[in-house]
Amino acid sequence: MFGYYLDLALRSLRRNKTLTALMVLAIALGIGASMTTLTVLHVLSGDPMPGRSATLFYPQLDPQDMDGYEPGKEPMQQVTWIDGMNLLHAKRGLHQALMTGGAVPVQPAQSGMDPFYADARYTSDDFFAMFQVPFLFGRGWSEADDNDKARVVVITRTLNDKLFAGKDSTGQTLRMGDSAFRVIGVLDSWRPNPHFYDMNMGNYVASEDVFLPLTTARELRFDHNGSMDCWGTGGGDEEHLETAPCVWLQFWVQLSSTGDAAAYKEYLLHYSQEQKAMGRFQRPPNVRLPALMEWLDINKVVPGDVRLQTWLAFGFLLVCLVNTVGLMLAKFLRRSGELGVRRALGASKREVFAQLLVESGVIGLAGGAGGLLLAFLGLWLVRKQPSDYAALAHLDMSMLLITFLLAVGSSLLAGLLPAWRACQITPALQLKSQ
Amino acid sequence: MQIKPILSALRRHKAGTFLIAMQIALTLAIVCNALFIIHQRVSHLSEPTGLDEADIFVIQNEWVGTSTPQQADAKIREDLVVLRQLAGVQDATPSNSYPLRGGGWDDGIKLKPDQQQDTTGSTVYFADDHFIDTLGLKLIAGRNFRADEIAAMDVRDTLAPPQMIVTKALADKLFPNGDAVGKTIYMVGGPGTIVGVVDVLQAQSVDRWAAEFAHRSTIIPKRLASTIGTFYIVRARPGQLDAAMKAASKALFAHNPRRIINEQDGLLSFTEVRSRAYERDRGMAILMGVICVVLLAITAAGIVGLTSFWVGQRRKQIGVRRALGATQRDILNYFMTENLLISSAGALFGVLLAVAINLWLVTRFEMNRLSLVYVLAGVVILLLLGQGAVLAPAMRASRVPPVEATRSV
Repeated sequence: MFGYYLDLALRSLRRNKTLTALMVLAIALGIGASMTTLTVLHVLSGDPMPGRSATLFYPQLDPQDMDGYEPGKEPMQQVTWIDGMNLLHAKRGLHQALMTGGAVPVQPAQSGMDPFYADARYTSDDFFAMFQVPFLFGRGWSEADDNDKARVVVITRTLNDKLFAGKDSTGQTLRMGDSAFRVIGVLDSWRPNPHFYDMNMGNYVASEDVFLPLTTARELRFDHNGSMDCWGTGGGDEEHLETAPCVWLQFWVQLSSTGDAAAYKEYLLHYSQEQKAMGRFQRPPNVRLPALMEWLDINKVVPGDVRLQTWLAFGFLLVCLVNTVGLMLAKFLRRSGELGVRRALGASKREVFAQLLVESGVIGLAGGAGGLLLAFLGLWLVRKQPSDYAALAHLDMSMLLITFLLAVGSSLLAGLLPAWRACQITPALQLKSQ
Repeated sequence: MQIKPILSALRRHKAGTFLIAMQIALTLAIVCNALFIIHQRVSHLSEPTGLDEADIFVIQNEWVGTSTPQQADAKIREDLVVLRQLAGVQDATPSNSYPLRGGGWDDGIKLKPDQQQDTTGSTVYFADDHFIDTLGLKLIAGRNFRADEIAAMDVRDTLAPPQMIVTKALADKLFPNGDAVGKTIYMVGGPGTIVGVVDVLQAQSVDRWAAEFAHRSTIIPKRLASTIGTFYIVRARPGQLDAAMKAASKALFAHNPRRIINEQDGLLSFTEVRSRAYERDRGMAILMGVICVVLLAITAAGIVGLTSFWVGQRRKQIGVRRALGATQRDILNYFMTENLLISSAGALFGVLLAVAINLWLVTRFEMNRLSLVYVLAGVVILLLLGQGAVLAPAMRASRVPPVEATRSV
């Protein structure tokens, strides 16, 4: 029966090509626009650490003085050197790392290459294990390297390609800021999106090219980038950052399970009380422990424009669907005579209904296929945009599937009302008027 | 024109009528809001910087190797001498930022030292005595900085310039009586005296968070001695921008090669700066425009389709009316009025929907309240569109011959 209905549908669609083209085009445009924006939204609001994000936490403390204190206000977004080091050395989590961004002048050994600045991350040994960073060659550094302020560096594959022509460069020397570093590891491609561990660098930037111990970077007075918030008399001058009343570091901790969060929060609370008793903290303890995805929400990483565009596209799809419903209604009712004959010859209401739904399904499939092409075009246009997330806009398998379900689902939905209306025709009346 | 027969005819086509009205309402709601967003973005991107943009370019200079702030400051001063000696260059000034850059130094300004809340935020531009001339700003009160007032400042020093020049927008905010020159105001690090007022100088960021102090800028007589690098704002002699840009970069490297001027954005004419700053706003405005046009086209096509169907269905009735003496014009008017009725109902609902959507957008996104002008414009556009779309099928209907009444099918 389905084959027969399909044949009928195609015949009917061929009969009025303009109308068919209009319906297919409307659905294709609606689907294309929605899929483009939905894909961008999907990519931007994705989980940067799938499978691990639920156990990654970003502790927040409130080390400020009483100036400008308001109860219940969100604590600071970063930590001071003292607190960061205390939390790091307490080792209450499975893994933990303290970090900041920076820029290092790289002086290539090759004579033909000019010195350049590379984005760097100064961090502690657990960074690589905690974030499951893939290594192409070598490995990360050890806790001893952190303590010894060792001159060791881990570079990315891109930088390794540029400086060492992609060969295993572990053991080689890399000069940065007038100091010699030993390359101990080369990362494989790694780009978590968003750049969750430090959003001062931009929400969707690529990962840094150079990773080195935070302690080393401090000893060599390498430039650090990002935001720095000071209070009281703190000037935050470069020489005394270790003791300055300024927050400028990010601290991440991985707990063995989500359930350990309460215990860790308890620990943060005790820590704050202890610091207050010592006179370092002045405010009442105010700690938060957002998990990775909560932290992204708090920071509103997904740009407002992208969400606005998604809503707009779905409004657009709705108009396209209403349009299609109207056109299909006109089309189906125009065939009242034909449907009356079928009904009179013994087709049940349900069978006529099924026949008409097949017809709307065909339109939906054609519209979906067109919409998919338009979505590819739309995403290509998005990739031409200057924003830092532009390069990420690609359609993945799940979005491909959603496109098709959306297309067929919405056009079947659009076909429901017209098909139902057309079924209500009294066969006798139609035959009589013939 | 009699409306009653039209209404009773429509009652027999409830679903179709409802769908057209619905489509018009949704289209109206979306188009109104989209037009409004376009207007917001476009008016945003035509705000003046206050600069004489045509002849200005910016160099982002980064230093290689470690140095002390004192050494960095010395290098900046040497570079300025090099730049100002170039034939194609009229003047040059060092700064920490420039309008439309997107990032920089903002500070709160207070009128009294013990004030809890800042009176206003302000963008802080580090400058020397060449700043005003280089940027082409208009000094409307007081004086420029003297050369002996300019001093170097370390990045980590607190901000407490003894003199400052403010924009008119900031002066008006702080001292509404227009007597800002000579007054003392407080930055984070302490008091300073306003020595001059310039007409317009936009903030470094055009993003929403900086909108409140978009033109309330402060110029301070400090060279930021950053060991990382600095910006040089350079004014070329009229018509020599391209040549001056090339010459400036070459001369700087010839003088001291231990620097980096990024290939992509190290050397930018102000025209490029402007287009980069507003790329997103422009993109959004274009996108909204395209969506509006496509949406209107689809709605028009839907009206044409459905009306054509109605005309086809009513050929016999039209024939009867014609046979009974109705003129072609009567038939045309019938369909035009029918569409006007449906469109008006749709538009009425659309206005409510547009306002509702706008109110929701205001809570969810950084948007302003929709102005009624846009709603009215949307209503007019939609009504005209409906009349235009219905014209072709209605003409066809008017040409149905009276003899149609006698045909049995």
